[in-house]
Formats: sequence, C-alpha cells, structure tokens
Amino acid sequence: MYKIVAKKCLNPTVTMMDIEAPFVAAKAQPGQFIILRTDADGERIPLTIAGYDRTAGTVKIIFQIVGATTEKLNHKEAGDFLQDFVGPLGMPTEIEGLKKVCIVGGGVGCAIALPIAQALHAAGCEVTSVIGFRNKDLLILEDEFKAASDRLFVMTDDGSYGRHGNVCVPLNEMFEAGEKFDKVITIGPLIMMKFVVAATKPTGIPCVVSMNPIMIDGTGMCGGCRLIVGGKTKFACVDGPDFNGYEVDFDSAMERGTMFRDFERHAHEETCNLFNKEVK
Amino acid sequence: MAANMSLKKNPMPSQEPQVRAHNFGEVALGYSEAAALDEAARCLNCKHMPCVSGCPVNIHIPEFIAKVREGDFEGAYQVINQTSSLPAVCGRVCPQETQCESKCVRGVKGEPVGIGRLERFVADWHNAHATEAPVPAPSNGHKVAVIGSGPSGLTCAGDLAKKGYKVTVFEALHTAGGVLVYGIPEFRLPKAIVQKEVDNLKAMGVDVKTNMVIGKTLTIDELFGMGYEAVFVGSGAGLPSFMNIPGESLKGVYSANEFLTRSNLMKAYLDDPVTPISKGGKVAVVGGGNVAMDAARTALRLGAEKVYIIYRRSMDELPARHEEVEHAMEEGIEFKLLNNPVEILGYHNPDDKRDPKNGCVTGIKCIRMELGEPDERGRRRPVPVEGSEFTLDVDTVVISIGTSPNPLIKSTTVGLEVNKHGGIIVEETTGATTKKGVYAGGDAVTGAATVISAMGAGKVAAKAIDEYLSK
Repeated sequence: MYKIVAKKCLNPTVTMMDIEAPFVAAKAQPGQFIILRTDADGERIPLTIAGYDRTAGTVKIIFQIVGATTEKLNHKEAGDFLQDFVGPLGMPTEIEGLKKVCIVGGGVGCAIALPIAQALHAAGCEVTSVIGFRNKDLLILEDEFKAASDRLFVMTDDGSYGRHGNVCVPLNEMFEAGEKFDKVITIGPLIMMKFVVAATKPTGIPCVVSMNPIMIDGTGMCGGCRLIVGGKTKFACVDGPDFNGYEVDFDSAMERGTMFRDFERHAHEETCNLFNKEVK
Repeated sequence: MAANMSLKKNPMPSQEPQVRAHNFGEVALGYSEAAALDEAARCLNCKHMPCVSGCPVNIHIPEFIAKVREGDFEGAYQVINQTSSLPAVCGRVCPQETQCESKCVRGVKGEPVGIGRLERFVADWHNAHATEAPVPAPSNGHKVAVIGSGPSGLTCAGDLAKKGYKVTVFEALHTAGGVLVYGIPEFRLPKAIVQKEVDNLKAMGVDVKTNMVIGKTLTIDELFGMGYEAVFVGSGAGLPSFMNIPGESLKGVYSANEFLTRSNLMKAYLDDPVTPISKGGKVAVVGGGNVAMDAARTALRLGAEKVYIIYRRSMDELPARHEEVEHAMEEGIEFKLLNNPVEILGYHNPDDKRDPKNGCVTGIKCIRMELGEPDERGRRRPVPVEGSEFTLDVDTVVISIGTSPNPLIKSTTVGLEVNKHGGIIVEETTGATTKKGVYAGGDAVTGAATVISAMGAGKVAAKAIDEYLSK
C-alpha cells in the first residue's frame, strides 16, 4: 500500500497528489511514468511523473478526472492509501547537452512538461515555455512554469486569460522571427501535439512528443500501448513514451485511443452515481 | 491387487463442451479416488523407470503412483514434493504426452498411464486435506533474489527456501504468479491454485515483493548492493510479435498477451469489469500455439458468436497440445488451416471523421497456403497460393504468433549477455549467465516455452546457486 501524503486541487478537474513510494522516488526522471491501482481489483492506469522528492521518498502525480479510475482516485484524501504504485517506467526524456529548448504543454500535459522544464532550467538550458488551456478555469502550474522558464507564453483558447489562441500561435511567431531551438518538446492532447509537430517541421528543429496510449502492464509484456513510429510498431512503455514527433502516426494513435470510449464513459457514469449515492 | 491391463486411460471427467464454452470454470474436473486407484493400477512399476527420464524435474513417478495404489495419497504427494514445487499446476498444464507419458511402456500397446491426471489428483487431494502449513527451514544466513514470480521463479525460490536460503521474489505486476495468472486462463488453471502455491512459499519464509520492476525500480547491481549474494532472472517472455501487415493498429486488434492479460489478470471476464475487453462478435485468432488456443477459447467464453483459428500450416504442424486443440474443436472453434492473414480491414466513413466506428476492425483478408519443401527444421514451408485471397468477416483479431524477450533487464545490467534473439545466454547445466552470481531460466532464456521447462530451469539454477554459495 502506498500512502497519499498530500492532495491539492489545481482546478475543478485536475488534482495533484504526493505519494509515498521511496523506491520510485529514488529513481524517477523527467518524462517517466508510473502505473497505479486505487483499490484491490482496480484498473491499472498509467500517469506520467509530475515531480519527485528523493529525500522525502515521494512522487508527485497530477491527473485529470476523465474516467472511473481517476474519479475514484480523486475521492481519496491525504492519509488514504493506493493499492499499487509501480515505476519509474519508460525512458526518461533526453535533456543532456541541450542549450536552448522550447517546451509546449497543453492542458494536464503541462504537469508532465513541468519537470522537464525544471530539469533543463537547472542544467543551465535556456527554456521557453508555451502552455495552453481551454480557458482560465483550467489553468494550472503558471507560477511553477514562470520559475522554470526564461520566457513563458500562457495561452487560452477563448482568450479568458493570457493570450488568445492555441499554443501554435506564439510558436509560429517565434519561427517566423527566425528563432532557433535545439529541440521542441511537446506534451498534451494528441491533436495539439500533431499541430505542434506540423508547425515545427518546416524549421527542421527536432521535435519530441510524449505519447500516452492505452496501457495495461507498462513493463513490455502486453503490447497494448503500441504505436506506429517511422512505419514500425513501437511500444510506448519500453521504447517511449517520448518519440520523434516527425515519425509518429498520430491519426492511428488517435483512433486507437477511442477503442474503449463507450465502456469508459459508462464506467465513469456508474462511478459518479455510486459516489453520489454515498453522499445522499 | 492385480495390475489393471486396460489399454485405455481412465477418462478425465470434464464439463460438457456446450456448457463449458460459456463459463470460465475449469474444463477438466479431476479424477475421483476410485478412478485414481484404478488408473494407478495400470502402472507396471518398471525397474528402469523410463517415465522419469521424460520429466524435466525428474519426479519419482512409479514411486508416487505406487503410493496412490496403496491409497496413501499424502504419501504420494510427499514423493512428488521432493522434486516438484508446483504439482497442482503441472498436473494441469504440462504436455505429458510429449514428456513422461511418451516414455511409458504401457503406451507401446494402448494408452500410457495417465501420469498427469494422477499428479493432479494427488496435488488436489493434498490441497483439500493437508492441515499442516509448510514451515521455514532453518536459516543458512544467505540471501538470494529471484526476479519474476512465474513458474521458473517460484520453483527456484521454493528449492532455495527448502535449503534455508532467505529468498526475496521481485514481481513487476501487482499479483504474483507471472504467466500462471496473466496468461493461462482460469478454465485451464484456476487462480486459486496458483495463489495456494504462492502462499505455501510465503509460509516457507519466502518474501514476495510485488510492483518491483527489476531493470527500472531496482537494477541487478543494486540488488547485490542490498546484500543479495546471488540473483535468479526468471523474467519471462516479453513483447508480443506482430505480423507487420496493414491494419494491425485498428481498434479490435489485440496481441494474445494483451487479450489474455485483460481477461485473466484484470478480470475483464466478469459481468461488470473495471478493465474493458471486446466481448461477443466474431473473433479471429492468428497462430497455432497453446497461447492461441487459450485466446480462442477465452474469446468464446467472453461471448463470441464465432471464433476462428487462422494458422498458416496444416494440422500436423500445429504446435499446440493435442488435448487443447481437441478441446477447442469440441467447443466449436473453427480451424482455418493453411491460411495466412495479409491485411486486417477496418471501417472508414469518408463523410464523418468523427464516426466512432472509424478504425474498427471489419474483417481479415487471408491467402490460402500450401506446403512446399521442408525448412531447416524439417517442417514443410507454407507457400502462398497466388490469387486465392478471401475475407473473413470479424470484428476482433488476436495476434498470437510469439514474443521476443523483455529488454528491461538486459539494457540495465552490464555484463549480462544475450543471444541474437535477445534471450539471456546461460550455461545449460547450471543456468549461470555471463555475469558472476547471476543465473537465469525460463522464457527469458529460451523464448516462449512450457511451464514445466521453465520449472526445470528454475530447479537447475537453484541447485547451482546452492553450490555457488556453499563454496
């Protein structure tokens, strides 16, 4: 069992937790993920590591409440326990030797982008961060990004905060102004990453994307997380989750992501009904 | 009592095919005491014991059968227990027909003694009647780490614990048992049996740590740093292979590992599961091994209206156990032999990019094959018959054409060498790897093989580790 030592709501649909998991905290690197189960007989879900404290032995996760398991997770409080918490899984993001990087995060993906920005910033790299949200209410981690970036663009789709528009707007402006980066690293919804890749491509700047496909074991056994990368089958859990954005087949990844959508929606409704009954 | 000279084995009582095809209960129900006594009387108790040489863990077969014949079932269990740690498992999933039973003298004229069925009977009798839990052996002060809690790891851990070693088993998943819990379905191997074996090991003092991915959470070198003096790697087979044909990422295409893991480990077979799986519809399973049979029979039990096995060679080359193939056929699974998939077809609505059916499997296109010249292993090579393509309407495809070893341990352990297929290189007689103090066995070494050969390897390594640490 793994203790939840802290919990904080970042916005109505996004929650941050610190989990006591010393073995994972000792090894975690930016870009890696964990798999957790809330309860015995629960589902295994992968979440990318949003931070870690090696001394305290805790790992930070930030999740959006999208389905039954994240709903159950969000109903747990500090002091409660998780059934399982395993990691760190996947390959860390490659940050060595980078001098100037643009980080592009979207929505809850910013939670994963943050430790990468922090690690780069700590290594003396010049960090430009572009973070985008649907609206002001969904904004998360602005102060943290400010502290880890030399330059920060905050975007909202509806213009309710920061600049109006999606993350590609400032990206394109920088590219048009002839700005160069060693790498563009993007994490967020598939459709956003697809557009960031398309915007970056003409510049020839390497573009890394962090993929989050459906996953079960997360250790290189089941093959459920497979993606088409460079025309070949790759497994996000052991080959990724970071991939060369120019080689990822986003359309197929987007389709596969919807494989169990009806089931997920139904399961989420059932879970919400269950919690509502408890409240009554 | 006179020997029973019947040419036939006592039949195994089983659930009727039409019934069992719709439930996950065990197919074979096990011998009654009367059937066991009658079957044991078929054993001639040969002096030269050919059957023992056919057993990868050298169970003293005539000796345990003699005890059964006397009605001393606990005594029979103790004989098996001297060499095998998992009799209730082996009695169910071993391919006895190519091992012990293939060497049985009674098999020359008629059917061999039902050794596997007797082994299962004895193990189940013990589990139902034993009152004393196993006790830890006196400690010898040495610590050994075992990576993976599948058949090789459990066997190695059990043998070392019996000798007084302090053994810790590291398991990546949330439940111990490896392939016995995520791979082999409930209807062939009830999970309660595996749990019982794991509980026995714990009672013997073995520490089982779940959620520990060696190669990620800890490395082998760190295990040595923590005071473990030897390490056994039984991490199993790894990533599923795909055919690299168009359509393999469509919705409804699974590897057999994924399909079985969802159903077995994650309990997606339940009426109201937390982990989803495709239920019902028409299913094509590609491949002809035991895993393919398991996947096909699981699909049927999940409610499929039609299940096909697609295999590119003929029945003679089908690698699955005869018994499994027979069971699958009885249950109504259709074998499409000498056929090879060339493409998986999917739905695409050109007018609506948001149609949820987009990307769902609608069929599998196959080409007929004929057998040509034998290959280097003597198996006749299948050759496509030009222009013979046809389409089967299916909505789920399960690919079961093998696996390649897991890269996690190899990539994080300096000095551990692997062969060109990614299998860990070991000395066959000891399981010793190229790294001092590190031993390996099971699918991580051989690629996908049987439970019993993995157990045999775990046993060999346990003996070698004992010799290494006793020096």
